[in-house]
Amino acid sequence: MPDTAQPIIQIRNVTKRFGKVAAVDNVSLDILAGEFFCLLGPSGCGKTTLLRMIAGFELPTEGQILIDGQDMAGIPPNRRPVNMVFQSYAVFPHMSVADNVGYGLKIAGVGRAERDERVREALSLVSLGGFEDRKPDQMSGGQRQRVALARSLVMRPKVLLLDEPLSALDAKLRAQMQFELSELQDKVGITFVTVTHDQDEALSMASRVAVMNKGEVAQLAPPSDLYEFPSNRFVADFVGSVNIFEGKLILDEPGRAAVDCPGMGKIFLNHGVTGPHGADVWVALRPEKIYLHVPGEGKAIRAAGQDAPEGYNLARGQIKGMSYLGDITLYEIKLDGGAMIRVSRPNLSRRDQEHFTWDDRVSMHWRADSPVVLLN
Amino acid sequence: MSLENWQEHKRPFAAIAGAPLTWLLVFFLVPMAIVWLYSFGQNAGPADIAITGTLDNYKRATEWLYLSIFFKSLAVAALVTLICLIVGFPVAMAITFASDKWRPWLLLGVMLPFWTNLLIRTYALMMVLGGNGYANKALGALWGGASWLRTLVGLQLLDAWSPVQLLYNNFAVVLGLVYVHLPFMVLPLYSALDRLDRSLIEASLDLGAGHLRTLWTIVMPLAAPGIFAGIMITLIPALGAYLTPDLMGGTESQMIANVIERQFKRANDWPFGAALSFLLIYAMFILIALQSLRGRKPAEA
Repeated sequence: MPDTAQPIIQIRNVTKRFGKVAAVDNVSLDILAGEFFCLLGPSGCGKTTLLRMIAGFELPTEGQILIDGQDMAGIPPNRRPVNMVFQSYAVFPHMSVADNVGYGLKIAGVGRAERDERVREALSLVSLGGFEDRKPDQMSGGQRQRVALARSLVMRPKVLLLDEPLSALDAKLRAQMQFELSELQDKVGITFVTVTHDQDEALSMASRVAVMNKGEVAQLAPPSDLYEFPSNRFVADFVGSVNIFEGKLILDEPGRAAVDCPGMGKIFLNHGVTGPHGADVWVALRPEKIYLHVPGEGKAIRAAGQDAPEGYNLARGQIKGMSYLGDITLYEIKLDGGAMIRVSRPNLSRRDQEHFTWDDRVSMHWRADSPVVLLN
Repeated sequence: MSLENWQEHKRPFAAIAGAPLTWLLVFFLVPMAIVWLYSFGQNAGPADIAITGTLDNYKRATEWLYLSIFFKSLAVAALVTLICLIVGFPVAMAITFASDKWRPWLLLGVMLPFWTNLLIRTYALMMVLGGNGYANKALGALWGGASWLRTLVGLQLLDAWSPVQLLYNNFAVVLGLVYVHLPFMVLPLYSALDRLDRSLIEASLDLGAGHLRTLWTIVMPLAAPGIFAGIMITLIPALGAYLTPDLMGGTESQMIANVIERQFKRANDWPFGAALSFLLIYAMFILIALQSLRGRKPAEA
């Protein structure tokens, strides 16, 4: 996606209230032409409402939505240059696959011959060539979703909206469709806007993700930034698994900082955080960024030391719980200071998981640039 | 123990189904069978009927005089059903798309007439439509108002208001039957529309269809089972309607049920009445058979 990409959708100070509840609260964001944009958040965060406002099924209480520079106020769903793939797919059950896909073209007045041709193209695009005469009740959920996709794509919309596109599929099919949707988007070059509560879906498919919480955008960033540089506790916690420690900022200089966390000890960073001295802050630390080892083992600890501001952080504790997940093992460890911490460890060899067990004394270390200090 | 397969659990099934089946047998099938036998008999005295196996009653029942009344009843019932469908569909749509707060109240409004006896409702409607009824009073007031307005612009007064004949004619019968049968149409329509996935409607709009087109190509076909059920459940009782044409109709608006009633009462010709009744029942059988044929089709596809 080039930096010069133009916004295809501009959402400006949009608020949607149902009664007194603001489902979407003063949201402003731009969606760029050709990108795969994702609205991510827990149920009730307003992501679906925002998508439905773009489609025209809900009207903003306040604010403005522009699609391709045109204000959408007063323009009904059937005259907007966007198409939607519904969560339930909404494939018309009384029509054949070809009639479903050709429905929009027929309304647009496209002639029989061209319509048949475009329907065939769209179906082969979603690998459903030859299914023209099938009825939806003869198809699997995954196939029905492809029909819904083809039915929208055949309209050549400026933006394709997808409401929880993968939620009804089983895990294997979901992984496959994640991949296929990304490929499809590359192929057709249409802007995709998808809504999901599943962070894996968002991280794997989207070029940019807006994390929503209580009607507001908590953070808008590319997937890796969202995961590695969350800007607040909600995002850190919602995207992926994380340890969050509350503490006081006791040192903050260019090149180094330290946070004193009760129950945990001091956490050192190798960069400044520009927060007010003594402020209450939170430290987020991902479980996979912590190395687990038997106390006294390994050279890395040499450089660490409890008070060492450089190199690695060090902590000690006792394993209180573990769950073996095949590719990784998760450990719940009670630190000597009293706090609990979660550590994940890849099972690099077939007997790796036997290395540690319940009640073992362990040491942990992590790089000084691994923790993220959050001010809110 | 599961009762899903009654063939494997005959005794519990018999215990549960026995009482209602006996009831149906004794109080429904047996009297029906007696009436059916009467239709092959003839009067053998003021209170005696001899079952002779004659087909004369049926021969008489299919004379044009009676057939014409039967076809007229069918036409009236069909008209009533059509009006119920045209009026009931928007009502069912409105209930379906009403807010959660309003829907139970609107449904209650549709069902409220069931709480009152049909006879009382019919008399109430007659009070509205009568020569001195509220409808005529309202029309008279409008007439008077128009008359007075004419004097303002210097025109003469209109002639005095003469009440419109709203009762004791075919109009009154159709109106009364529509009034009685509307809930029977609205409820199955509502249940079909309520089951409709809203996102299908939204998908149609999203693909560029207008509301009318969506109604025609998506909503109506998918609500077809409900429309058909509503038609049947309205047409069949309307065809056999007795009370409404009896009270609100004139001499020319008698329906087949009124003719049957006359045979059993005033004419004291039970065998002929029985034959007429069974012709009506056979007609309804055909309608019900049509419905079940239609219901089987999707399963075959």
